[in-house]
Amino acid sequence: MSRLTYNRVVVNQFGDADADRVFHGLADATRRDIVERVLREPQSVSALARRYAMSFAAVQKHVAVLERAGLVTKQRRGREQLVRGNPDILRTVARLLESYEQIWRHRARAIEDILAEDDTPERT
Amino acid sequence: MTVISTHKDTEALTLTFVAEFGAPVKRVWQVWEDPRQLERWWGPPTWPATFTEHELTVGGRSAYYMSGPEGEKAGGWWRVTAVDAPTRLEFEDGFADNDGNPVDTMPTTNTVITLEPTGTGTRMTSVTHFSSLAELQKLAEMGMEEGMRLAMAQIDTILAEA
Repeated sequence: MSRLTYNRVVVNQFGDADADRVFHGLADATRRDIVERVLREPQSVSALARRYAMSFAAVQKHVAVLERAGLVTKQRRGREQLVRGNPDILRTVARLLESYEQIWRHRARAIEDILAEDDTPERT
Repeated sequence: MTVISTHKDTEALTLTFVAEFGAPVKRVWQVWEDPRQLERWWGPPTWPATFTEHELTVGGRSAYYMSGPEGEKAGGWWRVTAVDAPTRLEFEDGFADNDGNPVDTMPTTNTVITLEPTGTGTRMTSVTHFSSLAELQKLAEMGMEEGMRLAMAQIDTILAEA
């Protein structure tokens, strides 16, 4: 069924609560920036914190939101926590959004088929 | 011939979908009003819908389930928030459990359907507003889709470099 996969089915593939966490994770410009950086190169929380005009605790909190959403993972390396990006979950979310439009394209075609039956002589 | 345009408004968090049909407004309204016609197009091809309740009156509820290719079931519901037959319908659409009860923790969407006469038939405009994902209110200023597109563009760039 590929691109016509129903949105609910896509939602179910990665859990409904997870979808909300992902949306929330990407709702903030700083968090999007963090995701972009750690996708390019894993970084420690303290290295990330130096990039932003906010406290270490605030950056740590953003990373925690992203981690709960599955957008990044944290790994201990010595005294530091290394943050890595997870591109798979973002691809899944993008497919979910696209599916809304695909659903309507399919619906319009199906409505057209139903209306076309009105014109056929077999109609009773 | 169905003419289609789509528009994703990242500020208003809406998907607008426009299609034109070669049939009068009253006829197109029937595909919404008659549950036997509605269930022929609401679900995707591999997930046909069955409506067990359907009433297009303000406050009216619809209940349906879709049957998957492996026999699985996905339940859904509508709550009609405004109706002006045969030209306008507004409803909330959400998930239901196996007993048909709404699942509050799942996302809901709000949809406005308008039907307008054209020279040759009917223009149907569907505006879907993604207002009810639990955290979506917080996204209002920036737009869910914009965030996704930014994220996806970034990932594409990164993957292309790799």
